[in-house]
Amino acid sequence: MQPARNGGTVINVEGLRKTYGRLAAVDGIDFSVRRGEIFGLLGPNGAGKTTAVECIQGLRPFDAGSVDVVGLDPRTQADELRQRIGCQLQQSALPDNIRVWEALDMFASLYGSPVDWRRLIDQWGLAEKRTARFHSLSGGQKQRLFVALALVNDPEVVFLDEMTTGLDPAARRVAWSLVEELREQGTTVVLVTHFMDEAERLCDRIAVVEGGHIVANDTPMGLVSSSGGGIRAVFGCDPAADLAFLTAVPGVGEVRRGGRRVEVAGDGPHVALVAHDLAPEDFRVQQPSLEDAFLRLTGHGMEE
Amino acid sequence: MHAATTHLNTPGQAASAGGDAGARRRPRPMTSLRKITSVELKLVLREPLTLVFSFAFPVVLLFVMGEVFGQSTGDPGEVVFRDFGAMDYYVPGYLALVAVAFAMISLPTHLAAYRERGVLRRLHASGVRGRQILASQTLVGVALTTVGAVLVTVLGMLVYDVRGPAAPLSVILIYLLSTLCFMALGCLLGALIPRARAAQGIGLILFFVMMFVSGTAPPVEVMSGVMLDIGKALPLYHAATALQDAWNGLGVNWTEVGILAGITMGALALTARLFRWD
Repeated sequence: MQPARNGGTVINVEGLRKTYGRLAAVDGIDFSVRRGEIFGLLGPNGAGKTTAVECIQGLRPFDAGSVDVVGLDPRTQADELRQRIGCQLQQSALPDNIRVWEALDMFASLYGSPVDWRRLIDQWGLAEKRTARFHSLSGGQKQRLFVALALVNDPEVVFLDEMTTGLDPAARRVAWSLVEELREQGTTVVLVTHFMDEAERLCDRIAVVEGGHIVANDTPMGLVSSSGGGIRAVFGCDPAADLAFLTAVPGVGEVRRGGRRVEVAGDGPHVALVAHDLAPEDFRVQQPSLEDAFLRLTGHGMEE
Repeated sequence: MHAATTHLNTPGQAASAGGDAGARRRPRPMTSLRKITSVELKLVLREPLTLVFSFAFPVVLLFVMGEVFGQSTGDPGEVVFRDFGAMDYYVPGYLALVAVAFAMISLPTHLAAYRERGVLRRLHASGVRGRQILASQTLVGVALTTVGAVLVTVLGMLVYDVRGPAAPLSVILIYLLSTLCFMALGCLLGALIPRARAAQGIGLILFFVMMFVSGTAPPVEVMSGVMLDIGKALPLYHAATALQDAWNGLGVNWTEVGILAGITMGALALTARLFRWD
């Protein structure tokens, strides 16, 4: 086992498998995370993302595969591992009546080399809430506190599991800026999420998880260009008009019509040609998004 | 309010850049336990209901029994209250009863709520050990119920003429053993019962059953054989008897002490096996 170094691999997962009875929640996944990057596990609820990261963090035993986190084996060195990673768990809470500073002070006492939690309070915008009780915090404030708790041991890797679920749009943006701050600090982040926009905005690389498998693993741009489908030209047109000639335009792939709406998919340059031939007033160009890539990769959206 | 734009300068940069496994110090479990316990103590002091149950309930009980029986020894020729004065009989038992109330109701409910809400998961993920959780709950329980026990003792002596314990050191040691025994059972309940509401219900029933069949409500002499049998199967009867003996000059009842120690060990062993984080 190699100790993790700057720029090197921080997490290496090979053939990880976790079954409950006959159901494989995680069915043989492989990935590695490099130091300093934000690595996303993106997939619908129940895809096995949380189970996988809990195995990786040493919170859950697993059935097969090998996992190496900062040079440690979570199965046999979980205690040492917990000293060196930080985590924000999907379903966790603090006692209702604990005060913000008490929580940080207590969690700091669990580690051999904690950072000064007073600075974390300032850094994560909790100074005004220092003596507030946990139950009185807003969703966004709780999330900031959880991130601060995850950082109190100065971790080499931070696991953030569904950190923006249940937050309003403004609080989500604040949470995103927190993660971006982590990246600026050079902390490696493993981000578990079922939000496309979150993964697309934050992650350097994304593993798309589906039914316990990783179905794709690339940068957001890479996923979009390999699986997003082409650029689409979208415009309105009389439903009776004959558009058969479009399929003859070089680069045009597929033409889809619904009422007045026409969608022409194809390789980049076709858009200009289609526009030239028709010159419609409401002509728009749609870039493929991560969502398109996700749909193509999994065959369905997040809701299933 | 939020420092999103501030450029951060944390010690993490230097540390994480160098592969700093060697630079990290080991955690100090006793320091952690002290901190967890002090936070738990503060939390319990913020729970009015727990405080009422721990302090007001025994005082009310003392008042009721004291007003009804005083230091009565029953009718002539009849043996009740083990031939002690009624309050010399009840007060030692109440020392144990205060601990039972906390251990059966508050402690398991608290632990189950922690599990249900994910507090245990959160603590576990940061390296807290199960025994640290259980030890902190036990310490908080002992601290809180000792205040209640002292309250009952002092009020009993001042208001109802209860005599001081004949063997104070024995009383203290038996009290601590009894309390430890109940806390261990409370931890076991907290380990076994997954939901807070269920823990509360089961705890309340256990508490009242124990209270009524252990000689701490009707005196042992008026209980039926079946009641006594049930009482003897439960720890409060043994704690109350041992405390009454030491308090009233009958010395240390080693049989009862042995039974209490046995129950404590059994409860601890089972809890260690059955404790779950989620």
